[in-house]
Amino acid sequence: MPSVLKQKMKDLFEQAGADGWVMEPQAKELLRDAGLAVPDFACADTADAAVAAADKIGYPVAAKVVSARIVHKSDVGGVAVNLADESALREAFGRFSAMDGFAAMLVEEMVAGVEMIIGAKIDHQFGPVVLLGIGGTGVEIYQDVAIRMAPLTDQDAASMMNTLVGRRLLDGYRGAAPVDRAALAKTLVVFSELTMAAADWIESIDLNPVMCTADACVIADARIMLA
Amino acid sequence: MFDFNALLKPRTVAVIGVSHSNAMHPANVIYDKLDLRYPVQVFPVNPKGGKLRSQTVYKDISEVPGPVDLAVIAARADYVPDILESCIAHRVGGATVISGGFAERGRSDLQERMVAAARKAKFPFIGPNCLGIYVPRLIDTFFLPGERLVRPESGNVALVSQSGGVLVDQLVKFAGQGVGLSVGVSIGNKALVRELDLLNYLEQDPSTTVIAFYIEGFEKGEGRRFVQAAKACAKPVVVLKAGKSSQGSRAVSSHTASMAGDYRVFSAVLAQHGVAEAANEYEMVSFCEALSRCPLYPVEGRVGIVTVSGGHGVLSTDACIRRGLSVPEISEDIRSRIRERLSPSVRPIASLNNPIDLTGSAVDDDFAAAVSGLGQSPDVDSIIILLLPYSPGISSDLGARLSHVHQQMGKPVVAYVPHVEKYRMLIEGFELNRVPVSSSIEGAVLMVEAMKKCHPC
Repeated sequence: MPSVLKQKMKDLFEQAGADGWVMEPQAKELLRDAGLAVPDFACADTADAAVAAADKIGYPVAAKVVSARIVHKSDVGGVAVNLADESALREAFGRFSAMDGFAAMLVEEMVAGVEMIIGAKIDHQFGPVVLLGIGGTGVEIYQDVAIRMAPLTDQDAASMMNTLVGRRLLDGYRGAAPVDRAALAKTLVVFSELTMAAADWIESIDLNPVMCTADACVIADARIMLA
Repeated sequence: MFDFNALLKPRTVAVIGVSHSNAMHPANVIYDKLDLRYPVQVFPVNPKGGKLRSQTVYKDISEVPGPVDLAVIAARADYVPDILESCIAHRVGGATVISGGFAERGRSDLQERMVAAARKAKFPFIGPNCLGIYVPRLIDTFFLPGERLVRPESGNVALVSQSGGVLVDQLVKFAGQGVGLSVGVSIGNKALVRELDLLNYLEQDPSTTVIAFYIEGFEKGEGRRFVQAAKACAKPVVVLKAGKSSQGSRAVSSHTASMAGDYRVFSAVLAQHGVAEAANEYEMVSFCEALSRCPLYPVEGRVGIVTVSGGHGVLSTDACIRRGLSVPEISEDIRSRIRERLSPSVRPIASLNNPIDLTGSAVDDDFAAAVSGLGQSPDVDSIIILLLPYSPGISSDLGARLSHVHQQMGKPVVAYVPHVEKYRMLIEGFELNRVPVSSSIEGAVLMVEAMKKCHPC
């Protein structure tokens, strides 16, 4: 990891230290700087700014509340997807701006694909470890995950995909196009390197969901919990 | 960092803490067995002095004549730090601290004092709260009377255990399976000498070819260093982990004051680094047996099976699939090569799809044909022979004969032979020639799984 990025990351973690976690826009910026794919997004603190951002990104968009006090956005209704036009966007802004600790609204390109989760945590015995799992609604129930010690090699990334029970979802289940495994592998490897560099500050990182398609692997949501 | 040679291959031993009143005191049990049955010179130590049997009891390690390689310390916990310091001062080679009553009972302070002194002097000590070391025919610091133990023969498996009880019990199983031991070490609270230190030593130890561990937990970041060293080690490393459930984890902290950690991570990271994790005590024995009898081959787990019983073929195939191994089809080319060499009575009735069923009419030559055919097949990287000696055409020489076939090929062979005395010659024919033999079908499959697990996944 280049030293400029390392310094930027350190500054970010120190700023966010008081909250105990890094909010989605800053987390995504860090991931993007590290070379990972995130959706086109912008932060807006007024409804007009949100509309301007959405015009630039193009409808439909997703909108999410940005608040240091709201870690689980969807639990409090702080996520709105497939907003088709300006009035829907303004309605969402109205709701979000009344929420606890409201700082801004994240306006974002809609992304689709096979939902995966990628995570990292600092294990007591083994240090930074990375997890790959099948995402979506069944994630808590099936616990279909592969875990490896970071940093990962390309072979580690390939074997993680191959050990998932739900790996057929990656191969183009029921007529869908197969997922770009190389893009997913690269995401895992780069993410594992980022995790190694961040190990002294973080407790865990959740990328959930990561949308995988035939030609990309895009991180739709990200949360970094600080140690 | 530490020199373990004096500690693990001692010629002179001081047993500190022998009792004048209690013949069953751990120190006395150890003293007696070393004095009566081991090729070491042994000196009893107790501050009261006097005589034990006809031997002089020395009041302090400083009074023992000549250099001492190993001090076995079995005194009360409060006295142990001072004893250890006096061992260091008198240039003893190393110590095993048998006594309990340290970190596992809230007395971390005593343990820390010992560690600080030993680390400064580069003085290796095992324990505390352990059984110490066992090397067949050389040294035994277990405070268990000799007549109660089942002792494995000298061999090439090293076993390092956080639990003394598990170590002793595994040794019973090793002895039962004829698995030989190079050294057994019970490290207890592992205050100073830990798994990684012994891994580094055993990697260099010429008498050890397989290194096995019973582990309850690592300290912060230690697991990372351990798996990295294990991956770099040319010898296979086997681990049995305890404290997998949340209740088990609680038991671990009161047992040896360790943290059991997140088991899912532990298991995945071991596999990633080619450390063979045994799920339980039976797998531990099977893995050690397989890996100690046969050199390490690159095995992905594509198994070729040869039997004289269709049922055994099916059972073993099921076991392979359940354990993540495959039983691939054999090419027609290989099948016809095997067919050509089969005896005329077997040729029309044998089934040459993997698993290969030679039928009850098979003779030794048919086995040799099938095994050497599979040896040439690129579709399989390992071979299981299910040998039912009840079959009339099979001779007692078949074990040695198939082992010689095996030695011509670059892939491992394991065999299943019922373990009863009258088949001993068949079994030894395999075992003495680098083919491990299991007493069950499942066990034979486990042996191939062990070889597969030694490669990073």
